[in-house]
Amino acid sequence: MSSLEQMYQQVILDHAKHPVGRGLIDVDADHLHGESHQVNPTCGDEVTLRVDVVPGAEGEPARVAGVSWEGQGCSISQASVSVMTELVSDQPLDEVARLDGLFHDLMSSRGKGLDDEDREDDLGDATAFTGVSKYPARIKCALLGWAALKDSLVRSGASATND
Amino acid sequence: MTTTEVGAGRAARTFTPAELAAVRADFPLLGRTVRDGKPLVYLDSAATSQKPQVVLDTEVDFYEQRNAAVHRGAHALAEEATEAFEHAREQVAALVGVEADEIVWTAGATMGINLVATGIQNATLGRGGAAAEQFRIGPGDEILVTEAEHHSNLVPWQELAARTGATLRWIPVREDGRLDLSGLDDLVTERTRVVAFAHVSNVTGAVAPVARIAAAARDAGALTVLDACQSVPHRPVDFHALDVDFAVFSAHKTLGPTGVGALYGRRELLEALPPVTTGGSMVEVVTMEATTFAPPPLKFEAGTQMVAQAVGFGAAADYLRELGMDAVAAHEAELAEELLKIGEIPGVRVLGPETVGTLGEDAGPEAGLPDRVAAVSFVVDGVHAHDVGQVLDDAGIAVRVGHHCAQPLHRRFGLAASARASAAVYTTLDEVTAFREALAGVRAFFGEE
Repeated sequence: MSSLEQMYQQVILDHAKHPVGRGLIDVDADHLHGESHQVNPTCGDEVTLRVDVVPGAEGEPARVAGVSWEGQGCSISQASVSVMTELVSDQPLDEVARLDGLFHDLMSSRGKGLDDEDREDDLGDATAFTGVSKYPARIKCALLGWAALKDSLVRSGASATND
Repeated sequence: MTTTEVGAGRAARTFTPAELAAVRADFPLLGRTVRDGKPLVYLDSAATSQKPQVVLDTEVDFYEQRNAAVHRGAHALAEEATEAFEHAREQVAALVGVEADEIVWTAGATMGINLVATGIQNATLGRGGAAAEQFRIGPGDEILVTEAEHHSNLVPWQELAARTGATLRWIPVREDGRLDLSGLDDLVTERTRVVAFAHVSNVTGAVAPVARIAAAARDAGALTVLDACQSVPHRPVDFHALDVDFAVFSAHKTLGPTGVGALYGRRELLEALPPVTTGGSMVEVVTMEATTFAPPPLKFEAGTQMVAQAVGFGAAADYLRELGMDAVAAHEAELAEELLKIGEIPGVRVLGPETVGTLGEDAGPEAGLPDRVAAVSFVVDGVHAHDVGQVLDDAGIAVRVGHHCAQPLHRRFGLAASARASAAVYTTLDEVTAFREALAGVRAFFGEE
């Protein structure tokens, strides 16, 4: 497979064509919600993302009930938001934070991947972005949605800091 | 020898294949490969040009043989360095038809525009005395730009308007990418103090009707500021003949080094405009209370200058003049016609003029020159510009993707981004063909019908 084909894996092209979670939806009044607009100023890609968080209760950690979003941009940025939406939905916040860390590690891997099958399995379809990490100019495309998720979680009041 | 009719009475020959091969051989970088051994097809010259060996050699020679502080010191090296620095000013001035003392070195075109805008602000604050009163601007006054501007010729004027209370207005852009001058009489009035516009759009490649806009500005008593970054490297340019007050261009787009550009100013205006950056070298007499300034251009060149880069810029200007700017324009008009054939590829839409025409007599000094340059922006139906660029890159073809520092113009076209292929004197028709062939395969790669 050429570098180009490694970058544009079929799963990425599919998500770009048929994105998951596109179209902002209202959040249940009992839930926490946060919204974030992120722009990549060098290329004009943008995403507006809304997160729906079920607050924690006794013995039950807070979790992401769902993510919805609107955006425009390249296939990498749009597919990445879509894959992320699937990955984090119905996950507790600490797991979402861990996945965010794994994805950032993947994007820093310069095409090598995580070198750990278990951690890659946790990322599911998001491992398809390994090929993107070879191209420094495109890494920010793949991270746009993750930045919007992190910021919207802070804005929802569900996560305390935006480090 | 081939001859191309570039217009009435302005027949200029293009390069023979042997001449073009010789030009290419002057640019060492063009010989390299990218992405696993593919020959580089560099179509991003509107962003920055490649540099001929003579420019690199001139800079190295300066450091090896002549390096010293200029305009100070009386030793032999200081003399030689100063001579090289001022000779470069003559070389660059000759490229654009002006006198050497009308050329101010700047860190680049952006800095040149900021220099003029901030100079006007300083005049408005009362600096520069009676001579500078002509530049004063305030509430009720207007600054006119166009919707097609590069951010570098828009944001400084937004800032000047915000700082002085003046109003920013703009000439709109038509669907075909050319300026809509139908409302020019209402846009250029006695309230207009500055008209700032690009000679050639870095997105559409369209040549602005400089003569018409400059005449309207002159009749209204407004200053003209021309962004000539995309014209000077590609066609004969004569700022005196164009009758503009200020103009900027950059070395790095003109086969020269980064870090240096030039501001042209009409001599009497440079004399009257207050300085912006102050400090060493730009003074006459300094006391603890006050300072008198050197005459232009030194008045605008405070601190240690980018001497080696300026000397390299001079070599680049000479290189282009020796090739002949009429021949460069004729060669690039052929390239533009080849580039524009991408409009025949299904799903590809060109932003801006889709043909190369010839400017008529109403273009004054530009009559007979091409009405667009070989910078062609485009969008591909169903495929984002970044993805287009990535597939081309995989074939060794370098194009620009994004908004090209012209967000308002992209918004005008209903777009966030586009891709742009842009040529220079060293670009070949074969490279354009390779680009077209690679572009034709892009939609299929992304599964578009």
